This record gives sequence, C-alpha cells and structure tokens, in this order.
Amino acid sequence: MTVINEDAGVASAGQGSEGVETPFQRFVSDFTESKIAVVSAFVVLAIVFIAVFAPLIAPTDPYDLSIVTVADKTMAPGAVMQSGQIAHMGTDGSGRDLLSGMIYGLRISLGIGIGSAVVALAIGVVVGLIAAYAGGRVDSVIMRLVDMQLSFPAILIALVLLVTLGKGVDKTLFALIVVQWAYYARTVRGSALVERRKEYIESAQCLALSKARILYRHLFPNVLAPLIVVGTMQTAHAIALEATLSFLGIGMEQTEPSLGSLISNGFQYIHSGHYWISIFPGLALLFTIVSINLVGDRLRDVLNPRLAK
Amino acid sequence: MTVFIIRRLMQAAVVVFFMSFLVFSGVFVIGDPVDILISDEADEEDRERAIAALGLDKPFHIQYLRFLGKALQGDLGESFIFEEPALLLILERMPATMELALFALLLAVVLGIPLGMWAGLKPDSVAAKSIMTGSILGFSLPTFWVGIMMMMLFAVMLGWLPSTGRGETSEIFGLEVSFTSWDGIRHLLMPAINLSLFKLALVIRLSRAGTKEVIHQDYIKFARAKGVSRNRIILVHVLKNIMIPVVTVIGLEFGGLVAFSIVTETVFAWPGMGKLLIDSIGLLDRPVIVAYLTIIVFLFVIINLVVDILYSILDPRVRLQEMKA
Amino acid sequence: MSKFTRIGLAAVAATMVSGAAMADSAKLGIRSEPSSMDPYFHNLGPNNAMLGQIFGRLVDWGPKMDGLIPRLATSWKAINDTTWEFKLRKGVKFHDGSDFTADDFIFSFKRADGYTGGNSSFRTYTKGKSVKKIDDFTVHIVTEKPYPLMPNDMTSIMVISSDVKGSGGSANMGLKAKDFNNGTATIGTGPYKFVKWRKGDSLVLEKYDGYKGPLAQPWDKMTFKFIKSEPARTAALLAGDVDMIDNVPTSDIGALSKDKRVSLSSGVSNRVIYLHMDQFRDKSPFVTDKSGNPLDKNPLKDARVRKAISMMINRDEIVDKVMEGVAIKAGQLLPEGFFGRSEKMRPQEYDPSGAKKLLAAAGWGDGFGLTIHGPNDRYINDARICEAVAQMLTRNGIPTKVVTMPKNVYFKRASKGGPNKSPEFSFVLVGWGSGTGESSSPLKSLLATHDKSKGMGASNRGRHANPMMDEVLLKALATVDDKERGTLLAKATEIGIGEDQGIIPLHYQVNTWATRPGLKYNARADERTVGLDLVKE
Repeated sequence: MTVINEDAGVASAGQGSEGVETPFQRFVSDFTESKIAVVSAFVVLAIVFIAVFAPLIAPTDPYDLSIVTVADKTMAPGAVMQSGQIAHMGTDGSGRDLLSGMIYGLRISLGIGIGSAVVALAIGVVVGLIAAYAGGRVDSVIMRLVDMQLSFPAILIALVLLVTLGKGVDKTLFALIVVQWAYYARTVRGSALVERRKEYIESAQCLALSKARILYRHLFPNVLAPLIVVGTMQTAHAIALEATLSFLGIGMEQTEPSLGSLISNGFQYIHSGHYWISIFPGLALLFTIVSINLVGDRLRDVLNPRLAK
Repeated sequence: MTVFIIRRLMQAAVVVFFMSFLVFSGVFVIGDPVDILISDEADEEDRERAIAALGLDKPFHIQYLRFLGKALQGDLGESFIFEEPALLLILERMPATMELALFALLLAVVLGIPLGMWAGLKPDSVAAKSIMTGSILGFSLPTFWVGIMMMMLFAVMLGWLPSTGRGETSEIFGLEVSFTSWDGIRHLLMPAINLSLFKLALVIRLSRAGTKEVIHQDYIKFARAKGVSRNRIILVHVLKNIMIPVVTVIGLEFGGLVAFSIVTETVFAWPGMGKLLIDSIGLLDRPVIVAYLTIIVFLFVIINLVVDILYSILDPRVRLQEMKA
Repeated sequence: MSKFTRIGLAAVAATMVSGAAMADSAKLGIRSEPSSMDPYFHNLGPNNAMLGQIFGRLVDWGPKMDGLIPRLATSWKAINDTTWEFKLRKGVKFHDGSDFTADDFIFSFKRADGYTGGNSSFRTYTKGKSVKKIDDFTVHIVTEKPYPLMPNDMTSIMVISSDVKGSGGSANMGLKAKDFNNGTATIGTGPYKFVKWRKGDSLVLEKYDGYKGPLAQPWDKMTFKFIKSEPARTAALLAGDVDMIDNVPTSDIGALSKDKRVSLSSGVSNRVIYLHMDQFRDKSPFVTDKSGNPLDKNPLKDARVRKAISMMINRDEIVDKVMEGVAIKAGQLLPEGFFGRSEKMRPQEYDPSGAKKLLAAAGWGDGFGLTIHGPNDRYINDARICEAVAQMLTRNGIPTKVVTMPKNVYFKRASKGGPNKSPEFSFVLVGWGSGTGESSSPLKSLLATHDKSKGMGASNRGRHANPMMDEVLLKALATVDDKERGTLLAKATEIGIGEDQGIIPLHYQVNTWATRPGLKYNARADERTVGLDLVKE
C-alpha cells in the first residue's frame, strides 16, 4: 500500500525568510491557520499522553487476572463491576473494563505504530543518506532494493513475514519495520540528492570535513521536513495495518489485545446488541488515525513550498 | 526494450526464489497441517502415514529441493488440503478477485478524477474542503472496519444488498463473471465499494495535486487568453496532464487492490484467491501459500512493466532504456 | 432514516415471502467447507456430514447418537466372537441407475483400506478387518480378536459404485480425488445427488428420486453456502440470504432468541472440553513458584493437587457467563444418553475451601504458579474459557498466565513440541468428540498409558498412566456383550477421572443452529450440519 507522497519526496529547500519571523514561528503560524489541524494536533497529544500514562489513567488493570472475572462479562456502560468500580464504557467478553482495555490497547497500538515508524525511520535515514552521498554502484543497488520492495503492497509483505514468523508483538513490530524503511530511504535520498548539489555542501567538502560530519550535521537537518511528513503518515498507516493484520488473525496474540484486536474481538458481538464492545474501540482507532493523518496532511501543506499558496 | 523486459523478469525470479524459501521455511517451522487435519480417532501409525503421504517426513532441505525442482518445471505442488495442483486452485479463484479489483478500480477512477479536479479548481470552496477531509477519512478508516459497518447498515438493517458471497455467474470467454446479471451486480457492489475507498481517496488527491499544478502553467493561461472555452481547457488540457500520474499510480495500485482484496474477501466471504490464501494460512496449506505468493509476484512484475511502457507512451520524455530496470 | 428502515424491512419481508413460495429449495449457510468430494480423502467432520447425503453407509447414527439406524444394511449381528454379518438392503440403485450389491461395498471397503494420499485415512475403521462376500446381499467382516465396535466403525465407511470410471491409474482403484470433485465419480446411493461444487463459495445438491432407505428428503434442491466468518453468517441469515446457519456464535444467541426473524435450535454434542495436566515430568516447564521461578518438583503429579484445581473451577460461571448458558457442565467424558458412562460421577461443585484443604494436605498450601495454554480458533469460546479458568485459579492462590494460539500452531506444540517429541506444555485446554459415540474412544486416546506401538494414548497430552485402568479398558475393548462392556467402560472412567483426576472435564459443548421462522433444524449430537435435518414446521 502506498502512502500518499505524491509530493513528499520532493525536497523542501530552506527558503529565504520573509519578515522577521524565525522559520519555526512561521511554521507555527502557518500550521495554526487550519483549525482542523490544531484540533487534531491536540487530539494527538492527548492520545499520546493517555498511552504513555496508561497505568495511571486506566481505572483498572485489565491484565490482572485476580481482579478480572467473567462474572462481569458484557456489562453495559455505567454498570457496576464485582470490584465495586463503575465500567464507564461497559465490559468486554472476558469481563475486562472496556475503558481500561482500550487505554492499554491504545498503548500497544501506538507503541507499535510509533515504535516501528521510529526504527524504520532510523534505518531509512542511514540507508538513504548513504545512497545519496555515496552515489554510483552503492546507490543503484540500494535503490533497486528499495524500488523492488515498494512495488509490493505493505500488507502483502507483512503477511508473508507474519506467516513465516508467527504471531506476537515483537514479530508484528518487526514486520512493520521491514515494511516501512524503504519509504524513508527513498524520501531521504531524494531530498539529499537535491541538497548535495547545493553550495553549502560543496563548501563543506572543500573544507575537508569528514563524510560522517557532513552527512549528520549538514545533510540530515535539511531533509528533516519531508521526513516528518512521511513519518506522521506512516505512523497512522502502521497503526491501521496492525489492526488489519490482527483482524485477519495473523497479527497480535489476543490475550493482551491492541485496539485492532479489540475491534476484531468486538466484531464477534456485532449482532449481540452489546454494541459498545466493537463500537468504542473502533471509534478510538478512528480518532487516532484520522487525527494523526490530519496533522500529517497539514504538515505537508505547510512544509512543502511547492503547494503553498 | 527486450533487455529491459528480461532484466525485469530476472529480478522477479530472484524475488520469487527468496520469498519461496522464506515462506517455505517459515511454515515448516510453525507447524504441520497433519496435526490439525487428522481425525481425533487416528492413532500414531495413521498419523505417520499421513505425514509421509504429504512428504512431510523428509528433512527440510530435501522438501525444499524437491519443491524447487518441480517448480522449475512449472509445477508448484499439490495442495495438502485438496490434493489438487495449487496453481490450478488459485487460477480457479482468480476471475472472482480480478472482477472485484477491476470494479473497485473503475469506481475509484470514475468518482475520483472529477472530485479531485473539482477540489483542485476551487481549492477554497466548502465542497473542496469536504472532499479533501473525506479523502483523509478514506485513507484512515481500516478497510475491514468499514466493511463490517457497511454490512451491518446495507444488508442487515436496510436489507438493500446481500450480505456476503458472490452472485449468479455466467461464462464469458471461458471466464466466470458475475457482473452480467442483476443478482451478480448486487453481490458485487458492497465489496467493490469497500475495496475502492482507499484508492478513491488516492485518486482524488492525485487529481487535485495535478490540477493545482497544471492550472498555473503558462500554456493553460495562454489557452485561456486565446479564448478557449473553460470546459475545453478542463476536459482536454488539464485532464490530459493529470492523467500521467493517475495512470502510473493506478497501474501500480491495481496490484495493491488485488493484495488488499484479501481483507475485503475475508469480510464479505467473496470466493476469490485472497480468501483462499487466508484459509490456506489457517490450515498451513504450504503449497497454496507459496503458489499464491509466486503468482502475485509475477503479477506485480507484469503490472509494473505495463505501467512503465504506458508511461513512456504518455510521456515521450521518458525512455525505457534510461529507466532503472 | 426511518423511511429507509421501513423500506428495508419491507424488502426483508418480501425476501421471506419469496423464500416461502419456493419452499422446496433450501439455502444453508455453513461454517466449514468440505475439503473433497472423495469419501475416503479426508476423515473430517464437514466431509463426513456433506458426503453422507450423497453416499450411503451400511449403518448410521441416529441424530442424537443414542442408537444406530440401518441404511444400506438392514440388519447386523455378531455370528461368533470374531465375525459380524451384515444383511444388505435389496433394490437400492445408485444415482446412475446401476444396482447396489455386496460387490460395491467390498470395492468401497478396499479403496478405503488401501487409500494412498489424502490427509487422514479411513484405515482407522478398516484396519485388522477382512470382508467376505457370502451372496449379493450378505457380507461377513472378520477380525482376529473379538471386536464389539464393528457396527460403530461401519458408520464411517461410505459406499461408492464399483462401476464408475475415473481417470484411471493404479492407485485408489483408478479413482482420483478430482474425479469426485468434478462430479464424475460422485455417484452414491444417498437421498441427494451431487450437482456442482464451487470451491470457497457453494455446493449444490439435488433430490434423488430413486432413493430407497430410511432418510427423509425434505427439499428438492439444497444449496450450501460456505461462510466462515461468524458475524457474516449471522448477517446472511438476518438479511434473508440463507434459510439456516450452523455454529451460531454464543455471543449472538441472546439477541437472536428475541429476534422474530429467527428461530433457534440447539443440541448437546459428543464433545467434552477438558484440561490436561502434565503428570510425567518431575520438572514441568510451565509450573513455577508464585513469582514465576522454575520449580524442581511438579505438583501436578499429585492427584490431590489435580482434584483441588478441579474444585477451584466454577463450572456454573463458565457455562452461564462464558458460554452464555449454552453448554452443559461435565463430570466425565460423555453427556447423558451416551453409552459407557458412569452413573456415579457428577460434575465437580465449586469448592474453594475444600480445594485449599486438599492443597495443604498435599504440601502445596502456599500455592504455585501455572500457565494455561489453549487454542483460540478450535472450540466454542476456547480462548475465553482459558481466561476464565486462569481467573478462577488466580483468585484461589494459583496465579495463572494465559497463552492462546491458533490451532495450526497449538496442536503441534501441545502434542510434540517438547524435547523428544513430548508434549510441550504443562496445563492445556483441549476438546474431544467421541466418533464411536461411546466412552472407549476418549478413554483409549486421552487416559490410557501412552504407547505408540499399541495405538494407545495417542492424544494423552498429560501422559496419565494407570495400569489398573488400562487393564479394565482393554478388557472392555474385547467384550462383545453390550451390558458387560458398558459396566467395564464406566469402571475405567471412574478410575481415570474419579480416582486419578487424569483430566479435568469442564463442560460438554452444545451446538446451535438458527433458521428462518417456519423452519426447524433437528439438532444433532455429532455436531454435523445435514440438510436432511432441516424441516418445515
């Protein structure tokens, strides 16, 4: 599957600034022009906050089997559980407090999404910079590999890997990293090639600075903008992909479910009248992905000079 | 040109080789199908016979070499479950998947290009903003969840469309198709819409980006100054120019549709090859899994090839020899 | 919206009316697709259920598995210790018009016995037996030792026509699986004829007008649609696309029982869900102390500990909550009505304080840690049952972790994932459906001492071993007299489960079918979905 980088691969060269604003201030003022984007950014922050502090925020520990009991199974939102606590969003098929389950599930989903994106980004940046800077043979071999991988849909590659490796968090994470690194590599290489021909790199070379230093101190900061855009979109994409793989029954184990596996479990209850089991995790997933994507979309508009008005 | 095609095919062969080894060894480690297929009543002797009958008693490298030898002669092995050639099983299911994917592609293009052009021509209108936000939804909503919701709404609550399966089929050129009858179309509609949503969003965004870019170019301004009618500008000049990226991406994405039909087919019980793959994974039917992936890889190579050739026709500046193989 | 809903309901009503007008054809939405139309290809529930409608068997189970009914045989008896005589039905014709005689049965028996390829053969039922033709309508089946289960075994052998021409070759009497799959060889004597199989989608059967035998033919045409996804199957019924679905998920039963568009029928099955415990290793890999460190002693080897665990399990809560009331508490291997049960044994009551005392008496009063392993796509609510058991044990002083996995990974590991192909896990959830319809099959496979050469204890994943029980069981297996055999089987059960607690039975699975109103499915005990059992009310 493709991320929409119909233009993200194109470099955003550092522009000459207008007025006295610093680039960052201008970025902020550009970004906040879209109200939807601002709201989405806040939602994303809130979601990350919830995921990070899940154990403190969640009313109960959904994985503690000494508290969870099937006696609490499929209770409607607002019902009181055996432990005396109120299940604000009801309970799921195993008697877990759904709200707590969702908060912990969000943590897993987001962890996998962001974790895989960050590792893939790191790999992609290194590989992409090497390709751009080394050029020649190295470049063509790397890019052939990248092109080859990108010509296959992510879901297919993830599927092959998970069929090969089996289920589990670590394996899903690994599969998502393998699926994503090539996007970053291509993006970084594209941007870096443009940057490389610029004068400041040439002068750095003339100064006989080490290759690593040039790569790290000079090239890298300048390819950051398109990376941020691709990274945001990829994170959302990875979360959705994990959910889909869990739905197909080849992603995560079900005992400590991610949002995706919660939805997939809830799918079983869709005709039962226990609407909350599938609807709430579905909405949570939806909010997460949509808001990340909206932020990413705005970032692209702001960071990409070609489409700026 | 010939060199180009040969290089591509060699590349495909390498991918297939690598992947078949990966999948072959992976499935070998995970489990063996006899444990799930054999009846509870069978004793150890029966079990061993069944394992031997499938060739699973041999060490891994022998199994793999045997597979390779046969594969080179075009025989991808027999399904453990059906004991029929795996290749045949998949080809049998292929028309259903292709029909679904083509229909979804058609929907994405027919709806996506006009919507995207509109959003590109009047970027500040409410309609444009709704279209763009809608396209983000199209990207964000996981296919399986939308499928379930559609099924609940249109089949169970409203009763407009059948919930699952493929409708009546008839044969055209020896292929079973279902779009020739009303019953068939009714069955096709929901899965096709479900599958197309993602690509629809993609086409909208591509057309919008293309339109926005083209509209400021000199030759459009020139045409306008010359007094060419607005409709003609849009239909001829703009459309023609946004077709290049759209055709490229659509071509490439057709493979994506085929791959993603795995999800849609699972939700809607559509008897295509994607559903066969998921069923085969559940039953560890290794020959079918490997054969499916082999076919898909070749399919992709062919699609990429066709796209590159089309691309060179649409845009004379691109020459095949120069493209990376 | 409300307008649309009304139109929608009208559409549903219209579908139902048209369905009623064409009442002679039935559409059945079923979960599992057969893997072949070849009756000896694969000894698998869906195959045996589907093909039993096309092919005849000498003997068949009644729908409740409480007795045998005559199909192609009209009567059978043991004429001496090692010979069974079957009298065959006269005047029966195959779908192609040819006559059914003893030759067809012998041809079928030989093909089943010598079948090569396929996934699991029917040799289980033909092994050690030889068939003799006495006349066109009498056969003798001879064994070396007395063999009481002969009629039960014959419920598994389907009869094909010896005249059918297949694609040739020397193997399997010249008939290949594909000859059956495309219909050329799919010629039986059953009440329905094969029409078309669209793999992954549907199978069509048509009424056979020349049928002679005890089975009903309620429909002119039956279409089986294969819908694996559970919500999709329910949706298909609610949308009026099919007249009946099988394997109704327990989660939907509550809502469907109130839905006027649907009527439900359910029946207890021959499948018991139980727990197996490692009784053969001194250091068991998934038994730990309470904080998760390995133990050098295995508490599960002590029958008192196993009994205590059984007492900690609240079976009422599992049945009411996890199974939504659709299951029956189990105290032994088969539910009431089946042969070879013990009348003395009852399901263990929930007794946490009794469990504590027993644990203390066994020297494990402080408890220990466990991991329960189970499949998550094999039995009804399997993963949830594992969770519930773990919750109950954790609350009662045995902190238990849960690990569930898909059946394609689980069974290999549970049977032979450990060193030297030993069972990998310490505490597992499994189910067993008795194909012979009585308790010797589970006793032999689950509780008898594991011995590959004798074919005993093949699925004994806890390696329970008690020579006393083995002796009683072996005696039962060689006793032709029903009453005496029943007593022996009951006694073996009392030793294996009652005294040793070799396994912990949890519940018997109950299967549920849902139909349109006006139709009724006569629920079967063998978990099979057979179109003949779908009738108009």
